[in-house]
Amino acid sequence: MTNRATATIHGWLLLLPAMACLALFTHWPAVASFIDSFMSTPRARRPARFVGLDNYEQMLADPIFWKAMANNLWFAMGTIPASIALALLMAVWVNDRIAGRTLVRMAYFTPTILPMIAVANIWLFFFTPQYGLLEQIVGAFGGRSTNWLGSQDTALYAVTIVAIWKEAGFFMIFYLAALQAIPPSLGEAAAIEGASRWTFFRRVQFPLLMPTTLFVLINAVINAFRMVDHIFVMTRGGPDNATTLLLFYIYQVGFGFWDTAYAAALTCVLLALLALVAFVQYGWLERRTHYQ
Amino acid sequence: MDRREFLGGTAAIAGSLAMARPALAQSAELSFFYPVAVGGPITKLIDAYAAGFEKENPGIKVKPIYAGTYQETIVKALTAHKSGTPPVLSVLLSTDMFTLIDEEAIVPFDPFIKTEDDKKWLSSFFPGFMENSQTGGKTWGIPFQRSTVVLYWNKELFKEAGLDPEKPPKTWAEQLEFAQKLTKRDAAGNTSQWGIQIPSSGFPYWLFQGLTTQAGAILANAAGDKTDYANPGVVEALQYWVDLAQKHKVHPPGIVEWGTTPRDFFEKKVAMMWTTTGNLTNVRANAKFPFGVAVLPAGKKPGSPTGGGNFYLSKKASPAEQEAAFKFVRWITTPERAAQWSADTGYVAVTPAAYETEAMKKYVADFPQALVARDQLPTAVAELSTHENQRVTKALNDGLQAALTGTKQPGPAMADAQAEAERILKSYR
Repeated sequence: MTNRATATIHGWLLLLPAMACLALFTHWPAVASFIDSFMSTPRARRPARFVGLDNYEQMLADPIFWKAMANNLWFAMGTIPASIALALLMAVWVNDRIAGRTLVRMAYFTPTILPMIAVANIWLFFFTPQYGLLEQIVGAFGGRSTNWLGSQDTALYAVTIVAIWKEAGFFMIFYLAALQAIPPSLGEAAAIEGASRWTFFRRVQFPLLMPTTLFVLINAVINAFRMVDHIFVMTRGGPDNATTLLLFYIYQVGFGFWDTAYAAALTCVLLALLALVAFVQYGWLERRTHYQ
Repeated sequence: MDRREFLGGTAAIAGSLAMARPALAQSAELSFFYPVAVGGPITKLIDAYAAGFEKENPGIKVKPIYAGTYQETIVKALTAHKSGTPPVLSVLLSTDMFTLIDEEAIVPFDPFIKTEDDKKWLSSFFPGFMENSQTGGKTWGIPFQRSTVVLYWNKELFKEAGLDPEKPPKTWAEQLEFAQKLTKRDAAGNTSQWGIQIPSSGFPYWLFQGLTTQAGAILANAAGDKTDYANPGVVEALQYWVDLAQKHKVHPPGIVEWGTTPRDFFEKKVAMMWTTTGNLTNVRANAKFPFGVAVLPAGKKPGSPTGGGNFYLSKKASPAEQEAAFKFVRWITTPERAAQWSADTGYVAVTPAAYETEAMKKYVADFPQALVARDQLPTAVAELSTHENQRVTKALNDGLQAALTGTKQPGPAMADAQAEAERILKSYR
């Protein structure tokens, strides 16, 4: 055997464990879901058979699917810009030399390390009517009592706020790291030129942070479609599907109704949606991003 | 290799491993999934039962596996069934019976009922609990941790409002009248204390079934293939519930969270609440005021649904394992143990005989409220259960929540729910 062939085999052998894991737990399930989405749900006496686009037609006629899509878009529009803006603000602030900086950084990061289920249970009591924390604050200012999670008008906002609170600290860490990588000489130069704090941020810091922003944005988009843990605890999709997000609905169809074929079709739509967004982000935004 | 083959292969390997073990140890191992749905040291109690059973039956090893909530437990049990190695025995919702039959995941208990003694045992349960356990002339589940909906009231607040603290409301009219007296509003129009609270998050259909039974309607047939959501009685029941909040303003508006309802009661934010008997022990431990427990007020008639979990036998288990599981089920449902289980958890004891035992008599002498659930059983009906149960009940839940949050009128909301249920169930008839 030649040296080159040995090297090739070595290379492949080294790749094999990771590849096998990826293929078995990521690629194969995705492909299997895609195939299953064209089949009927297997029942004990009726094995799965090919049904073509039936599941997708069912989806188009399913009002709850459309509701979940709309909810998810609002949820994404609420969480993505707000959590990124908040993360940037917090990062710029704790990047300065202020007293108790470590403590503030830790405080901002805490929501990220708490398990979502525990967090959701705490927020459940914040939102509780009458004696919940939010009610007590509103009540102290003479406001009216609101059933935050129990009303179709406010439930989606309530779960969106929890998501923002949970995510902002995580994104802050990336911004903080990026800010510290910016050479101090730039700040000194700006100071000599007499640039204001805002101009320095807008003209220097923010453009240099673009690669981080892109990375954070992609994560935020994925999370907007992936974060549903708190829905289970806080609303279970209610009232009347007002907080049903796409992934929550997939779980409900798959493991509540055991309609695995329809759940597979829904999963494909979610995958396609995420792929499209990632494509746009990489293809379009990346060209406008300045890498050092 | 396709996925089914792959799963089959895994199952075969797992199966051969499982079979190899008893041959060596000369004993049947009994895996047993159970959920925890109420407060209290349930896992410790179950472990103690398993140990007690093993002592009396040296050939059998019981392996209880805590599997989360009811929902998580059925997900795990059915996933295990589909991959080939399900638990021999599981405690799942009584309403999951049709789903489990449709998945061919369970076997009926009938083949194990051989002797006269067995027959006597099977007929010893409260008939109200058996309604959700039998269909098509077969018994598919054995009642274990069962409950029903009751009314809890705060005697202190009754006294403050000038009501007799020993008299709970007996009818819908009284319930409304009492609730009006018990609702406190400040000058700005904010409510500081509600008269009554019926939780509506998660599974509003269960509590709603109390109202519909009282209005004389039955939500689904015994075969589980037809619902009657648009029945005038059902709409009347929903109108009563909606009116409590929107017209009379004695019930909090919007959706009332199931989980925080007992807490609202402890905080005196509500004077009367509807919730499960499974909360008895919880309320007894945490209410800092005298409280009463009563059967639900009657509409046209009294009534409540039953609820909770049954034992199910896995179809894929070996006959020896099934036999061992049956033995365990018989053992744990004897009157003495059923009584102890009821006293420890607050669940309703599943047989009338359990209420005649010494342990139970001692418990209720000290805590007479525990008898209310039993007294309600003669008027109790089967919990709503159909084929594709979760999907069909979700249609009702969505309609109820739409009406309670004011986006739909009760009539159209129930008509929509019925249309959706009809679409799903058509193929089962």
